[in-house]
Amino acid sequence: MANVLLIAEHDGTTLNPSTAKSVSCATEIEGSEIHVAVFAAAAASVASEAARLDSVAKVITIEDEAHAYPQAAFIAPQAAELAAGYDYVLAPSTTFGKDLLPRVAALLGVNQVSDIMSVEAPRSFKRPIYAGNAIVSVSVPEGSTIVATVRTASYRAVDMTNDAPVESASLTAAIPGHTRFIELKTAESDRPDLQTAARVVSGGRALASSENFELIYKLADTIGAGVGASRAAVDAGYVANDMQVGQTGKIIAPDLYIAIGISGAIQHLTGIKDAGTIVAINKDEEAPIFEVADIGLVGDLFTIVPELTAALSS
Amino acid sequence: MEKILVGLKRVVDYNVRVRVKSDGSGVETDGVKMSINPFDEIALEEALRIRERGDASEVVVVSMGTADAQQQLRTGLAMGADRAILVDTPANVDSLSRARILLKLVERESTDLVLLGKQAIDDDNSQVGQMLAALWNRPQATFASALEFSGDTATVTREVDSGLEVVEIDLPGVITVDLRLNEPRYVKLPDIMKAKKKPLETISMDELGIEAAPAAEETSFEPPAEREKGIMVDDVPALVAALKDKGLV
Ligand SMILES: Cc1cc2nc3c(=O)[nH]c(=O)nc-3n(C[C@H](O)[C@H](O)[C@H](O)COP(=O)(O)OP(=O)(O)OC[C@H]3O[C@@H](n4cnc5c(N)ncnc54)[C@H](O)[C@@H]3O)c2cc1C
Ligand SMILES: Nc1ncnc2c1ncn2[C@@H]1O[C@H](COP(=O)(O)O)[C@@H](O)[C@H]1O
Repeated sequence: MANVLLIAEHDGTTLNPSTAKSVSCATEIEGSEIHVAVFAAAAASVASEAARLDSVAKVITIEDEAHAYPQAAFIAPQAAELAAGYDYVLAPSTTFGKDLLPRVAALLGVNQVSDIMSVEAPRSFKRPIYAGNAIVSVSVPEGSTIVATVRTASYRAVDMTNDAPVESASLTAAIPGHTRFIELKTAESDRPDLQTAARVVSGGRALASSENFELIYKLADTIGAGVGASRAAVDAGYVANDMQVGQTGKIIAPDLYIAIGISGAIQHLTGIKDAGTIVAINKDEEAPIFEVADIGLVGDLFTIVPELTAALSS
Repeated sequence: MEKILVGLKRVVDYNVRVRVKSDGSGVETDGVKMSINPFDEIALEEALRIRERGDASEVVVVSMGTADAQQQLRTGLAMGADRAILVDTPANVDSLSRARILLKLVERESTDLVLLGKQAIDDDNSQVGQMLAALWNRPQATFASALEFSGDTATVTREVDSGLEVVEIDLPGVITVDLRLNEPRYVKLPDIMKAKKKPLETISMDELGIEAAPAAEETSFEPPAEREKGIMVDDVPALVAALKDKGLV
């Protein structure tokens, strides 16, 4: 049997979908028994959601005021303590998991495998390197805990038809005082979440201003899509950082991705490799985005996008 | 603040389209342009700005790797770092060992702040900073896009999936930087000449008393799955038809 401890990502009230996708990865490990750990100030609602995830054998809650906002320095010592007796410690490769898990690995004295996209054998995994331009197979030596983050775009969320038991754990690892959470600034939006949306419309530098990004929002709202952007658009201040798609932004896998005025740099493309259908609208027929696009249209976005929005809303 | 330590990793330049060798034994790096990891350049730029406004007295750049990394360290010195340390390691020594090496240097140099990149763009690991902070038992602020210092605390704005998170950490500590923190300066020719005279010390892992930790073995490499060749359409009605055809709208 392989005991797997998966650290849940949540916002204090609801489970982040990255958790259900990571469970899916854990089920690829032969003979896995999957336990989900919920670190929270008050864990009840998140834990009951986690208990419904198929294939989960148990949910473990660790409640402490310090966990009201997830801080790696607070969770790591407790997660490392909880990890005793587990063969695997997993977390989603989101900013939450990326921040936390290497700290846990180091406390356990082991290395970490980042971004697993498939489990080839109990100790062998595939992962992307060089912005997804190469896939490497790695094999972790026997005898140590495997600590790994899961590339969530490679997995579908498990269903939620389960009713796993929930237990609380009390841990002794001290929470340090050297780190203080001040605030989280999030832009409220009614649009579908970029990381789970079935359709995403993204804009690039060509939009040239935040006002012009309205064109992207209108098209997105017409088809119920989430909105993304290239780094150039974020750097220029047209949109917020949490909309960046790519190597250093979000890695997404919508059914439909529409890239508008985006050239298709490798760092951007790595974020959309798993998209079902990629549509590119660009005035430069030589733009690299057309090499990966399933459907390409050459032309000026300022005429094409309003026309497309009108055509799709009728 | 006395000393800031900055990690500079030598990596394949971000503009290079990396290819897997046909026998699957690795990626093609022969004759390929090598550079400082872009995030590390930003980390160094930030360290220099902190020193230039008088909040730190020395910036030390460190690279772990083969002698080739001296080139990137020299560039770091030309940008303005005061000294450089090359820790002689196998080309891609494991992350935990890299964190252990950095901890030894932190202790040796009594460092107040370690500035690293949020990830190296070759392995895309994003591990070393967090591991160092764990071993050091000090705070970490990862993915930083803004920094402010006041006495022994740093207020750090972090780019997270849900937006921007602000945390306050007590120094000493580790900060890993994201792209939007600053724009690194260009190196000028006279600076390259000056940099040649700046100290660059080489240390072995033995001297630091570190043995490589067990790490995952890279058994084979393959190119990513290719996407099927797409179609070009002439106008919006054709695009809408193609989308309808695929059942996407
Ligand atoms: C370490 C590192 C990490 C990075 N990470 C990311 C990342 O995560 N995500 C990311 O996106 N980038 C990332 N980048 C940046 C990346 O290399 C590119 O610079 C960026 O993606 C370019 O954005 P863009 O396509 O919007 O802009 P450009 O490359 O400037 O492209 C604009 C495009 O718009 C087209 N255009 C202009 N006007 C019109 C018009 N009127 N109608 C139609 N088309 C028009 C042009 O033909 C052009 O193709 C990273 C870079 C580095 C070094
Ligand atoms: N070999 C190295 N030499 C110097 N710094 C490194 C090295 N490897 C990693 N780092 C630092 O740690 C950061 C994160 O790297 P990684 O965890 O490998 O993605 C990098 O951006 C560097 O600042």
